[in-house]
Amino acid sequence: MKYICSLGVVLMGTWLLWSGHFEPLLISLGVLSVALVVALTHRMDVIDHEGAPVDVSFRLFSYLPWLAWQVIIANLQVVRVILSPSLPINPRMIDVRATQKRELGHVIYANSITMTPGTVSVEVGGNTISVHALTDEAAEGLETGEMDRRVTRLEGIR
Amino acid sequence: MSGDAILDLMSWVALAAGSVFCIIGAVGLIRMPDFYSRIHAGGIIDTMGAGLVLFGLVLHAGLTLVAVKLILLFLFSLIAGPTAVHALAKAAFHSGMKPLTGPGGKDRSN
Repeated sequence: MKYICSLGVVLMGTWLLWSGHFEPLLISLGVLSVALVVALTHRMDVIDHEGAPVDVSFRLFSYLPWLAWQVIIANLQVVRVILSPSLPINPRMIDVRATQKRELGHVIYANSITMTPGTVSVEVGGNTISVHALTDEAAEGLETGEMDRRVTRLEGIR
Repeated sequence: MSGDAILDLMSWVALAAGSVFCIIGAVGLIRMPDFYSRIHAGGIIDTMGAGLVLFGLVLHAGLTLVAVKLILLFLFSLIAGPTAVHALAKAAFHSGMKPLTGPGGKDRSN
Protein backbone atom coordinates (compact mmCIF):
# COMPACT_ATOMS: atom_id res chain seq x y z
CA MET A 1 0.00 0.00 0.00
CA LYS A 2 2.88 2.31 0.88
CA TYR A 3 4.40 1.71 -2.56
CA ILE A 4 1.08 2.23 -4.41
CA CYS A 5 0.45 5.56 -2.68
CA SER A 6 4.00 6.82 -3.22
CA LEU A 7 3.92 5.85 -6.90
CA GLY A 8 0.60 7.69 -7.33
CA VAL A 9 1.90 10.83 -5.60
CA VAL A 10 5.12 10.85 -7.63
CA LEU A 11 3.27 10.31 -10.92
CA MET A 12 0.77 13.07 -10.13
CA GLY A 13 3.58 15.45 -9.22
CA THR A 14 5.35 14.59 -12.47
CA TRP A 15 2.15 15.25 -14.44
CA LEU A 16 1.60 18.65 -12.84
CA LEU A 17 5.22 19.78 -13.22
CA TRP A 18 5.52 18.70 -16.84
CA SER A 19 2.13 20.08 -17.94
CA GLY A 20 2.10 23.39 -16.04
CA HIS A 21 -1.65 23.70 -16.65
CA PHE A 22 -3.91 23.74 -13.61
CA GLU A 23 -7.38 23.83 -15.20
CA PRO A 24 -9.91 21.31 -13.79
CA LEU A 25 -10.13 19.45 -17.11
CA LEU A 26 -6.39 18.82 -17.44
CA ILE A 27 -5.99 17.94 -13.75
CA SER A 28 -8.82 15.41 -13.97
CA LEU A 29 -7.23 13.93 -17.10
CA GLY A 30 -4.02 13.64 -15.04
CA VAL A 31 -5.81 11.91 -12.18
CA LEU A 32 -7.34 9.45 -14.66
CA SER A 33 -3.96 8.74 -16.28
CA VAL A 34 -2.27 8.22 -12.91
CA ALA A 35 -5.05 5.88 -11.79
CA LEU A 36 -4.74 3.90 -15.04
CA VAL A 37 -0.95 3.60 -14.75
CA VAL A 38 -1.09 2.58 -11.08
CA ALA A 39 -3.80 -0.01 -11.87
CA LEU A 40 -1.80 -1.43 -14.79
CA THR A 41 1.49 -1.61 -12.85
CA HIS A 42 -0.38 -3.22 -9.95
CA ARG A 43 -1.72 -5.88 -12.35
CA MET A 44 1.80 -6.37 -13.70
CA ASP A 45 2.91 -6.87 -10.08
CA VAL A 46 5.91 -4.54 -10.42
CA ILE A 47 5.01 -2.15 -7.59
CA ASP A 48 7.52 -3.10 -4.93
CA HIS A 49 10.65 -1.72 -3.29
CA GLU A 50 12.24 -1.51 -6.76
CA GLY A 51 9.30 -0.15 -8.76
CA ALA A 52 8.58 2.63 -6.26
CA PRO A 53 11.77 3.04 -4.21
CA VAL A 54 10.24 5.25 -1.54
CA ASP A 55 12.45 3.63 1.13
CA VAL A 56 15.56 5.39 -0.11
CA SER A 57 13.94 8.61 -1.29
CA PHE A 58 14.42 10.69 1.87
CA ARG A 59 17.92 9.48 2.65
CA LEU A 60 18.83 10.42 -0.96
CA PHE A 61 18.89 14.05 0.15
CA SER A 62 21.91 13.40 2.34
CA TYR A 63 23.59 11.06 -0.17
CA LEU A 64 23.24 13.15 -3.34
CA PRO A 65 25.16 16.25 -2.13
CA TRP A 66 28.04 14.02 -0.98
CA LEU A 67 28.01 12.19 -4.35
CA ALA A 68 27.91 15.50 -6.25
CA TRP A 69 30.98 16.69 -4.32
CA GLN A 70 32.83 13.42 -5.05
CA VAL A 71 31.93 13.72 -8.75
CA ILE A 72 33.30 17.29 -8.85
CA ILE A 73 36.58 16.28 -7.17
CA ALA A 74 36.99 13.28 -9.49
CA ASN A 75 36.21 15.48 -12.51
CA LEU A 76 38.99 17.89 -11.61
CA GLN A 77 41.44 14.99 -11.12
CA VAL A 78 40.64 13.52 -14.55
CA VAL A 79 40.76 16.96 -16.18
CA ARG A 80 44.25 17.43 -14.74
CA VAL A 81 45.29 14.04 -16.14
CA ILE A 82 43.92 14.85 -19.60
CA LEU A 83 45.62 18.21 -19.72
CA SER A 84 49.06 17.01 -18.53
CA PRO A 85 51.34 16.50 -21.53
CA SER A 86 52.64 13.18 -20.15
CA LEU A 87 49.13 11.71 -19.69
CA PRO A 88 49.90 10.21 -16.23
CA ILE A 89 47.39 7.37 -16.23
CA ASN A 90 47.80 3.94 -14.64
CA PRO A 91 44.74 1.97 -15.72
CA ARG A 92 43.87 -1.34 -14.10
CA MET A 93 40.96 -3.59 -13.18
CA ILE A 94 40.09 -3.80 -9.48
CA ASP A 95 37.41 -5.70 -7.57
CA VAL A 96 35.51 -3.86 -4.84
CA ARG A 97 33.13 -5.34 -2.30
CA ALA A 98 29.48 -4.30 -2.42
CA THR A 99 27.89 -4.76 1.01
CA GLN A 100 24.36 -3.76 -0.01
CA LYS A 101 21.59 -6.24 0.78
CA ARG A 102 19.36 -5.76 -2.26
CA GLU A 103 19.86 -5.42 -5.99
CA LEU A 104 18.61 -1.84 -5.91
CA GLY A 105 21.50 -0.98 -3.58
CA HIS A 106 23.97 -2.71 -5.89
CA VAL A 107 22.59 -0.76 -8.84
CA ILE A 108 22.89 2.57 -6.98
CA TYR A 109 26.47 1.73 -5.97
CA ALA A 110 27.53 0.62 -9.48
CA ASN A 111 25.83 3.65 -11.01
CA SER A 112 27.60 5.99 -8.57
CA ILE A 113 30.96 4.37 -9.42
CA THR A 114 30.37 4.86 -13.14
CA MET A 115 29.12 8.41 -12.68
CA THR A 116 32.38 9.36 -10.96
CA PRO A 117 34.98 10.00 -13.68
CA GLY A 118 38.06 7.83 -13.27
CA THR A 119 36.12 4.70 -12.33
CA VAL A 120 33.69 2.63 -14.42
CA SER A 121 31.89 -0.46 -13.15
CA VAL A 122 32.36 -3.20 -15.74
CA GLU A 123 30.78 -6.23 -14.12
CA VAL A 124 28.35 -6.56 -11.21
CA GLY A 125 28.14 -10.05 -9.80
CA GLY A 126 27.17 -11.24 -6.33
CA ASN A 127 28.90 -9.08 -3.78
CA THR A 128 31.78 -7.81 -5.90
CA ILE A 129 31.92 -5.18 -8.60
CA SER A 130 34.71 -5.23 -11.17
CA VAL A 131 35.84 -1.68 -11.77
CA HIS A 132 38.11 -0.20 -14.40
CA ALA A 133 40.11 2.58 -12.72
CA LEU A 134 42.03 5.16 -14.71
CA THR A 135 44.54 6.42 -12.13
CA ASP A 136 46.06 5.48 -8.76
CA GLU A 137 44.03 8.25 -7.13
CA ALA A 138 40.74 6.93 -8.52
CA ALA A 139 41.48 3.32 -7.54
CA GLU A 140 42.61 4.23 -4.01
CA GLY A 141 39.62 6.52 -3.51
CA LEU A 142 37.26 3.68 -4.28
CA GLU A 143 39.18 1.08 -2.25
CA THR A 144 38.64 3.06 0.96
CA GLY A 145 35.06 1.75 0.76
CA GLU A 146 33.56 5.06 1.82
CA MET A 147 31.09 5.11 -1.08
CA ASP A 148 30.10 1.50 -0.36
CA ARG A 149 29.33 2.34 3.28
CA ARG A 150 27.29 5.37 2.31
CA VAL A 151 25.19 3.47 -0.23
CA THR A 152 24.59 0.70 2.31
CA ARG A 153 23.42 3.33 4.79
CA LEU A 154 21.24 4.85 2.06
CA GLU A 155 19.62 1.45 1.57
CA GLY A 156 18.75 1.49 5.28
CA ILE A 157 18.30 -2.27 5.87
CA ARG A 158 19.96 -3.70 8.92
CA MET B 1 25.18 45.85 -10.17
CA SER B 2 21.56 44.81 -9.97
CA GLY B 3 20.48 41.31 -8.99
CA ASP B 4 19.47 40.46 -12.53
CA ALA B 5 22.87 41.37 -13.91
CA ILE B 6 24.64 39.23 -11.28
CA LEU B 7 22.38 36.29 -12.10
CA ASP B 8 23.04 36.81 -15.81
CA LEU B 9 26.77 36.90 -15.21
CA MET B 10 26.68 33.72 -13.08
CA SER B 11 24.66 31.96 -15.73
CA TRP B 12 27.14 32.89 -18.46
CA VAL B 13 30.08 31.80 -16.29
CA ALA B 14 28.38 28.43 -15.75
CA LEU B 15 27.62 28.03 -19.47
CA ALA B 16 31.20 28.91 -20.43
CA ALA B 17 32.69 26.59 -17.78
CA GLY B 18 30.41 23.75 -18.92
CA SER B 19 31.54 24.27 -22.50
CA VAL B 20 35.19 24.19 -21.41
CA PHE B 21 34.59 20.87 -19.62
CA CYS B 22 32.93 19.49 -22.78
CA ILE B 23 35.96 20.48 -24.85
CA ILE B 24 38.38 18.97 -22.28
CA GLY B 25 36.32 15.78 -22.36
CA ALA B 26 36.58 15.71 -26.16
CA VAL B 27 40.36 16.23 -25.96
CA GLY B 28 40.51 13.36 -23.47
CA LEU B 29 38.57 11.13 -25.86
CA ILE B 30 41.29 11.68 -28.46
CA ARG B 31 44.30 11.44 -26.11
CA MET B 32 43.37 8.30 -24.17
CA PRO B 33 44.97 5.09 -25.41
CA ASP B 34 42.14 2.55 -25.39
CA PHE B 35 38.38 2.06 -25.20
CA TYR B 36 38.12 1.77 -21.40
CA SER B 37 40.19 4.85 -20.65
CA ARG B 38 38.20 6.86 -23.22
CA ILE B 39 35.05 6.10 -21.21
CA HIS B 40 36.47 8.13 -18.32
CA ALA B 41 36.93 11.17 -20.54
CA GLY B 42 33.34 10.80 -21.73
CA GLY B 43 32.27 10.84 -18.08
CA ILE B 44 33.46 14.44 -17.76
CA ILE B 45 31.09 15.53 -20.52
CA ASP B 46 28.20 13.60 -18.92
CA THR B 47 28.61 15.09 -15.45
CA MET B 48 30.40 18.46 -15.33
CA GLY B 49 29.80 19.46 -18.97
CA ALA B 50 26.07 18.77 -19.09
CA GLY B 51 25.64 19.71 -15.43
CA LEU B 52 27.18 23.17 -15.70
CA VAL B 53 25.45 23.97 -19.02
CA LEU B 54 22.06 22.97 -17.59
CA PHE B 55 22.82 24.87 -14.35
CA GLY B 56 23.53 27.97 -16.42
CA LEU B 57 20.25 27.54 -18.26
CA VAL B 58 18.39 27.08 -14.95
CA LEU B 59 19.81 30.42 -13.74
CA HIS B 60 18.55 31.99 -16.96
CA ALA B 61 15.09 30.46 -16.52
CA GLY B 62 14.67 31.60 -12.91
CA LEU B 63 11.99 30.11 -10.65
CA THR B 64 9.79 28.72 -13.41
CA LEU B 65 8.50 25.34 -14.58
CA VAL B 66 11.18 25.48 -17.29
CA ALA B 67 13.82 25.34 -14.54
CA VAL B 68 12.09 22.30 -13.00
CA LYS B 69 12.13 20.56 -16.38
CA LEU B 70 15.83 21.33 -16.87
CA ILE B 71 16.65 19.88 -13.43
CA LEU B 72 14.59 16.75 -14.15
CA LEU B 73 16.37 16.44 -17.50
CA PHE B 74 19.72 16.46 -15.68
CA LEU B 75 18.54 13.85 -13.14
CA PHE B 76 17.30 11.53 -15.91
CA SER B 77 20.58 11.86 -17.80
CA LEU B 78 22.48 11.12 -14.58
CA ILE B 79 20.61 7.83 -14.27
CA ALA B 80 20.60 6.88 -17.96
CA GLY B 81 24.18 7.94 -18.81
CA PRO B 82 26.12 5.67 -16.43
CA THR B 83 23.72 2.81 -17.20
CA ALA B 84 24.51 3.08 -20.92
CA VAL B 85 28.24 3.42 -20.18
CA HIS B 86 28.12 0.32 -17.97
CA ALA B 87 26.32 -1.62 -20.73
CA LEU B 88 29.02 -0.58 -23.23
CA ALA B 89 31.91 -1.49 -20.91
CA LYS B 90 30.35 -4.83 -19.97
CA ALA B 91 29.69 -5.71 -23.62
CA ALA B 92 33.29 -4.85 -24.54
CA PHE B 93 34.65 -6.88 -21.60
CA HIS B 94 32.53 -9.92 -22.41
CA SER B 95 33.49 -9.88 -26.08
CA GLY B 96 37.09 -10.34 -24.93
CA MET B 97 38.51 -6.83 -25.13
CA LYS B 98 41.34 -6.54 -22.59
CA PRO B 99 42.02 -3.17 -20.99
CA LEU B 100 45.51 -1.70 -21.32
CA THR B 101 47.24 -1.51 -17.93
CA GLY B 102 50.31 -0.09 -16.28
CA PRO B 103 51.72 3.44 -16.20
CA GLY B 104 50.65 5.32 -19.29
CA GLY B 105 48.53 2.35 -20.38
CA LYS B 106 51.51 0.92 -22.28
CA ASP B 107 51.15 -2.75 -21.30
CA ARG B 108 48.81 -5.08 -23.09
CA SER B 109 47.66 -6.98 -20.01
CA ASN B 110 46.90 -10.64 -19.41
